[in-house]
Amino acid sequence: MSLDIASPEAAAKAAPPKGRRRRFYQLCVTDKLVLGVMVGVPAALHILLVWIPAILTGILSFAEWDNLQPIRDISFVGFRNYWQIFTIFDNKLFPALFNNVILVLWLFFCSAIGVLFAYLLDKNVRGTRAYQSIYYFPVVLSIAVVGFIWKSVMFSRDTGLLNILWPGGPIDFVGDQTKIFEINLPGLDFPLGLSRNFAALLLAMAWRHIGYIMVLYLAGLKSFDPSLREAASIDGCNEWQTFRQVIFPALKPINVVVAVITVIEALRAYDIVAALSEPRGTEVMGTLVTNSLTGEGGGRVGIGSAYGMVLFMLCVGFIIWYVVNNFREQES
Amino acid sequence: MSNHHESSPSPTDVGFSILSRRSLLAGAAGVAGAAALAACGSDDDAGSSPGTTAAGGAVTTVAAGDTTPPAGGDAVTFGSNYSDEKPKAAIAAAVASSGLNVSINTVDHNTYQENFNTYIQQPDDVVSWFAGYRMRAFAGKGVVGDISDVWAGLPDMSEGFKSASSGLDGKQYFVPLYFYPWAIHYRKSLFEEKGYEIPATWDDLLALCEKMVADDIIPFAAANDGGWPQMGMFDMINMRTNGYDFHVSLMGGKESWTDDKVKQIFTNWSTITDYYQPDANGRTWQDAATALGNKEVGMYLLGTFVTSNFDPATDPAAQEIIDDIDFFAFPEIDAAYGQDAVEAPIDGFMMAAAPKNEAGAKALLTALGQAAAIDAYIAIDPSVVAANAKASTGSYSPLQQKSAELVGAAKYISQFLDRDTDPDFASQVVGKGLSDFLATPGDIDTILSTIDEQAKTYTFE
Repeated sequence: MSLDIASPEAAAKAAPPKGRRRRFYQLCVTDKLVLGVMVGVPAALHILLVWIPAILTGILSFAEWDNLQPIRDISFVGFRNYWQIFTIFDNKLFPALFNNVILVLWLFFCSAIGVLFAYLLDKNVRGTRAYQSIYYFPVVLSIAVVGFIWKSVMFSRDTGLLNILWPGGPIDFVGDQTKIFEINLPGLDFPLGLSRNFAALLLAMAWRHIGYIMVLYLAGLKSFDPSLREAASIDGCNEWQTFRQVIFPALKPINVVVAVITVIEALRAYDIVAALSEPRGTEVMGTLVTNSLTGEGGGRVGIGSAYGMVLFMLCVGFIIWYVVNNFREQES
Repeated sequence: MSNHHESSPSPTDVGFSILSRRSLLAGAAGVAGAAALAACGSDDDAGSSPGTTAAGGAVTTVAAGDTTPPAGGDAVTFGSNYSDEKPKAAIAAAVASSGLNVSINTVDHNTYQENFNTYIQQPDDVVSWFAGYRMRAFAGKGVVGDISDVWAGLPDMSEGFKSASSGLDGKQYFVPLYFYPWAIHYRKSLFEEKGYEIPATWDDLLALCEKMVADDIIPFAAANDGGWPQMGMFDMINMRTNGYDFHVSLMGGKESWTDDKVKQIFTNWSTITDYYQPDANGRTWQDAATALGNKEVGMYLLGTFVTSNFDPATDPAAQEIIDDIDFFAFPEIDAAYGQDAVEAPIDGFMMAAAPKNEAGAKALLTALGQAAAIDAYIAIDPSVVAANAKASTGSYSPLQQKSAELVGAAKYISQFLDRDTDPDFASQVVGKGLSDFLATPGDIDTILSTIDEQAKTYTFE
């Protein structure tokens, strides 16, 4: 191993300028092969499995197709699908968008709690490992399983734990679509708002999300250089100032990961809603897309694709922010 | 998975009490765990169960060679979704009763249904499917074959089954095998103890509800988790108020949902929602069935699969409850329609549009419509009720016996809302509207105008 490294160096010393250039050129041939395979294969797969379907979805969102007729019979209908989902199916699209926005905000709140837990556990309190295991436990469960557990064990109106412990009358956590608060937007003939069953679902999601973020952040904190913390305390920082001014900025890479995960979890939410059998009031973009595209009905590919493109646009804004952020970091 | 939640169950998913809940769960676990089990290879039965490994999407075919009788002639291919152990053996026996040379391709039933759109474009000669719109939609698109001449050889099928097997053009595209009816279930012992009488008319029903309230019993069990259980109530009130023909034309997208006739359904419905268990939207049909078992509620409109909620293998009291459950037909609302319609989802068979062996396919369909076929089926899987009027009923439980009588006497058989119209329209538009109605019964005008507006974006049949 050491010989391999030493020999080119020796060669470089023997013929300084020209040899260096030749060595670079020689390695470049192998590099090209390796790079070609290492970058080319994933890139081809990525284009094949992500971009081509995405572009096809975009095309299908302008089409009408029942998934049964031959492909040559697909008819293009211009923006009709978009017009329909924004005007006729507005009582599905806007509540779903609103729920997704609520989810983004809520999961950021949960992430903050996760960060707080991580910070506390990093203090080496007694029983840290036990706490860690308890908080982390829900993360090993699929979010769909979390949905099934909460639905039958916690939420069930007749037999659920929450309803047994609740002092008042039974609450229909799964089915109650009454709004906790309402916002009337101009141009919509119905109010948007957070329905009770979606609020209950948010609790179930928090149960899992907090532990997830906690573990991520804890890993970051463990790798944090303690001398920085000492320096901060010597400079007279209190706990909050240390965290806000020293630790948080130093953990920027972890912060970005946490933010990305939080937004993705919020926008791709589908399985937990499906596990609760999609009661009215809990619709999210993911369920609208899936319902129009899959299953035996499967006859509304155009509408489903249009929902998908709306979700895609939501994601694109975030992706741009992330990419810009990433490049800026690399430049500095 | 989605199948169990978002649409009414198929008779192959839920049967009478014989098909216990445990075997349902085992079936579900079998699908979920098939890969794992196959990998560890410790459980031969589960690992080799047919079709369950076909999770990849494309319809795989597993030839069941041992079921092919040695008779000569070109083989007929038969696409089967009878993938659970018992139904698989049962359907093989039914097919064998035809004496024809049939090769059966069995596919896991969830996979089969999800991929049916793709499969039907290059199908086997004879395929398993469901009656009603789900059949008519494919008939209308010309991807399944006209088998009106086969019906000449099916004298033992009632008129109700014939109309449920007909496309919009009046031709037949379907041969029924078995079904389960929807009716109002109750506990005999409770009705005896309190002296309740079976209501024959809507007024009787309301009077009975009042009596139950006075006795501190909630009259109606109410579940709507998944959005489909209350479709049964909608259908029954509609068919009793406006008749079967209106049901068909409303489901076929030919009526306005803001029509006074539709409003009348909800007006009638709201007189009994007061007698419902509160918070129907979040309750599973199983929880509501448990309430019926506990005599907390008096009546429960559901398919006869309600008894599958009680499993004698895990609960010793369950058998007593199952034996105590009886049902009656939905009471009359308008004398013009009486009790002439019953809701009874039917499973059966269709023929490919261009079968490789058309004569053989038609011979097989004729044979499957005979009493001998369903008798052979029920001898192995006794959880269903035969469509054929001449089928032997010796092994029936009293509830099966009564189901057969109820449906045999019916002039019209509807399939259920999500089988009688575009499935997407049923679950995503009507189903959501019914949930909204149960949450806020006062908003009925808004709900109906939304349904009407959204219905116009669908192309029906």
